[in-house]
Amino acid sequence: MAVHSYNNIKEKIIERYLFVCALISIFVTISIVLVLLSETVSFFRDVSIIEFLTGTRWAPTYTPSHFGVLPLINGTLLIAIGSSIIALPVGLTSAIYLSEYANEQTRGIVKPVIEMLAGIPTVVYGCFAVLFVTPIIRKLVPETEIFNAASACIVVGIMILPMVSSLSEDAIRSVPHTLREGAYALGATKYEVTTRVVLPSALSGILASFILAISRAIGETMAVTLAAGATPNITLNIFESIQTMTAYIVQVSLGDTPAGSIAYKSIFAIGMVLFLMTFGMNLISQWIRSRYQEVYE
Amino acid sequence: MNLQEKRRRKDQLFAVICLASTITGILLLALLLCDIFVKGFSWLSWDFICSYPSRFPERAGIKSAFWGSIWLILLTAAIALPMGVSAAIYLEEYAPRSRLTKIIEINIFNLAGVPSVVYGILGLALFVRGLSLGKSLIAGALTLSLLVLPIIIISTKEALSAVPNSLREASYGLGASRWQTIRYQILPSAMPWILTGSILALSRAIGETAPLIMIGALTFVAFTPQTPLDPFTAMPIQIFNWISRPQPEFANIASAAIIVLLLVLLTMNAAAIILRRKYQKKLQGQ
Amino acid sequence: MNHEEIEISVKNFNLWYADNQALKNINLDIPRRKITALIGPSGCGKTSFIRCLNRMNDLIPTVRTEGEMLLNNENINHKDVDVVSLRKKVGMVFQKPNPFPSSVFENVAYGPRIHGEKNKQQLAQIVEESLKNAALWDEVSDRIDRSALSLSGGQQQRLCIARTLAVQPDIILLDEPCSALDPISTSKIEDLMVKLKEQYTIIIVTHNMQQAARVSDYTAFFLHGKIIEFDETKKLFKKPKEKSTEDYITGRFG
Ligand SMILES: Nc1ncnc2c1ncn2[C@@H]1O[C@H](COP(=O)(O)OP(=O)(O)OP(=O)(O)O)[C@@H](O)[C@H]1O
Ligand SMILES: [Mg+2]
Repeated sequence: MAVHSYNNIKEKIIERYLFVCALISIFVTISIVLVLLSETVSFFRDVSIIEFLTGTRWAPTYTPSHFGVLPLINGTLLIAIGSSIIALPVGLTSAIYLSEYANEQTRGIVKPVIEMLAGIPTVVYGCFAVLFVTPIIRKLVPETEIFNAASACIVVGIMILPMVSSLSEDAIRSVPHTLREGAYALGATKYEVTTRVVLPSALSGILASFILAISRAIGETMAVTLAAGATPNITLNIFESIQTMTAYIVQVSLGDTPAGSIAYKSIFAIGMVLFLMTFGMNLISQWIRSRYQEVYE
Repeated sequence: MNLQEKRRRKDQLFAVICLASTITGILLLALLLCDIFVKGFSWLSWDFICSYPSRFPERAGIKSAFWGSIWLILLTAAIALPMGVSAAIYLEEYAPRSRLTKIIEINIFNLAGVPSVVYGILGLALFVRGLSLGKSLIAGALTLSLLVLPIIIISTKEALSAVPNSLREASYGLGASRWQTIRYQILPSAMPWILTGSILALSRAIGETAPLIMIGALTFVAFTPQTPLDPFTAMPIQIFNWISRPQPEFANIASAAIIVLLLVLLTMNAAAIILRRKYQKKLQGQ
Repeated sequence: MNHEEIEISVKNFNLWYADNQALKNINLDIPRRKITALIGPSGCGKTSFIRCLNRMNDLIPTVRTEGEMLLNNENINHKDVDVVSLRKKVGMVFQKPNPFPSSVFENVAYGPRIHGEKNKQQLAQIVEESLKNAALWDEVSDRIDRSALSLSGGQQQRLCIARTLAVQPDIILLDEPCSALDPISTSKIEDLMVKLKEQYTIIIVTHNMQQAARVSDYTAFFLHGKIIEFDETKKLFKKPKEKSTEDYITGRFG
């Protein structure tokens, strides 16, 4: 009996310990929010929230300084959209190839190779943009600036491609095989089966992967810092230099900004915007996915 | 049969487009690797690995960055692995199917998608300033730990849930307690995948740049760290530093450093595969 | 048997899943506009066989086949055959209902649409006719735009039949179409088959001896990948030639 209760206590302790570990994730989230919030609040004591949200100039180090976040948002969205235009179609069609056309052998080789793209550090993509992509763009379009959004769009596109490809493929493969057979038995071609039966059935999974990839592009830092420059600009011209929210955060922390200064506080406000945007998008993606799973279970 | 012909054409065109997309992805990878190798290979030498950074390109090396990265990854592993695996065990094996559990799981999934630069801000406020750890290795490792924790939890959870239920039932049927079942049955058979997932998560950490820049690791460091409280530099930081310089030689040095970084990553991945194979063999009693 | 017109003539047909031979030297003449039932114990190769008739087995990479299946003097097992137009001619209804996750209307309209029917009125008419032929129209006419997944199992199965009819095939393959259905739905589908054989050649796999006896004109008994006996249903059930056939249909098998 004594042995028994000793064992019970041990089991209880272990469970408690494991529970605390699981709570850490909540702790991390809360501390992200608290840390961002405290400095953001103090930032908005100095800068009006209206100016921040509607101002069209971002010039924190000028006198008088300007804190309109729109140029940074413009830069961020330009990169997100530009890279999506590359990554979403290519990623989706390669996912279709892998799940509908490739045999097991080809798939076994190609899939890991594409996933290797995801394992390459982002700073490497930054170097690739600066050393390889930008010179080519500048040769093709001579008026391109040294730092430009186009180059960043391309490498960020390559970077998020494996994410789209791999997550969409999972969604496409989870469409029940019997549905495909139903369509084939009616004399549909592979193209017809894929576009009219498989893709609509996998739509929510594919959408979820798109949103996740775009959110990743929004949060991407090193490649855009290196390739797209540090000029907060409201523009749609991808051959100009721009600045994203992430690149601004890096720019500030590269300099020696004293804690408590307005520039120091501004990175928390920007970080907050970034966090809310990406966290929100991830939540939406999760929600779409969970709805989708219910249909097939 | 005109329509038939048209449908067939469309079908073939579609197949070609899908194949072309896939090949594009592979070609881009090849292009990227080739470009880096062509630029960096001739700068790669033993001296390069054994010298400290320098203002002069021909004398610059990555000794401090290399050892900084190794330190960083070991510390991160020591912090994040026990915590992440434990959290996953709780969520998969103990947690009641309650609302709280569900919220925790969704939350972890979302944390995995939070931009690394936000973790950098957190590390800056929490560890560098809050705990006054300064720009030290331990501050960097703690920051990276927070970053990889969700990834480790997710992959471990997947590994655990792949263990067949019959194994659990068999163990409980023999009168084993929950922890005994986990300790002697579930963990061993999930171990190959836990290892693989963890190593992949750590290889994500070793390539991270932005959070380290945020905590102020971008400094000139010409020594290898001796304790976790020492300041440090790391390979991605060093690469960023070199590529940002105007002299063209430094671009090639950066490429050389990238080769080293990619080799380290490759080694880690190979290790993951070998470890998994070994473990699987052991499990199958060979 | 020589007084019947032959729709499909199978000659020396073999099929392997990797190294495992599932069909062994099959020879069978399937009569036109009749119902042919395939019976036999589980795993004897019935599904494998009918999936060859419209080349659904092409979708399984490990499958290898050998032999001839002549339809209009053309070998449908030849690798150059256009499987898409073959499947338009040879429709199939699966064991488990597999409606597309779209509306009832879209499910039936899908086939005609991919085969080039664009006219909306025409489509609506085909859909209505097919649903009527499948004895489903009365039950779904008021909710034709609702999701097909909201139908009952029996309704879903009849929807799948309607979907096949809408393509206007010559031959319809049914793989245990009633195995998931209640007796009422089952008898509806049986009535349907009898009606359909005026226009279509029907091949049905079934585990239900009464069903085979009730609806089919001819019956083939499969065992271990071989055809043991093939004859008019009446004869085969009354006076089987082979001992194993008798054992199977009287339930003394195994
Ligand atoms: N996809 C497959 N891969 C490998 N072997 C298969 C596959 N499908 C069927 N087989 C094998 O082929 C043989 C015949 O199977 P088939 O499905 O044709 O039998 P069946 O007569 O339809 O049985 P049931 O009445 O249970 O549906 C079986 O031994 C089965 O194991
Ligand atoms: Mg079968």
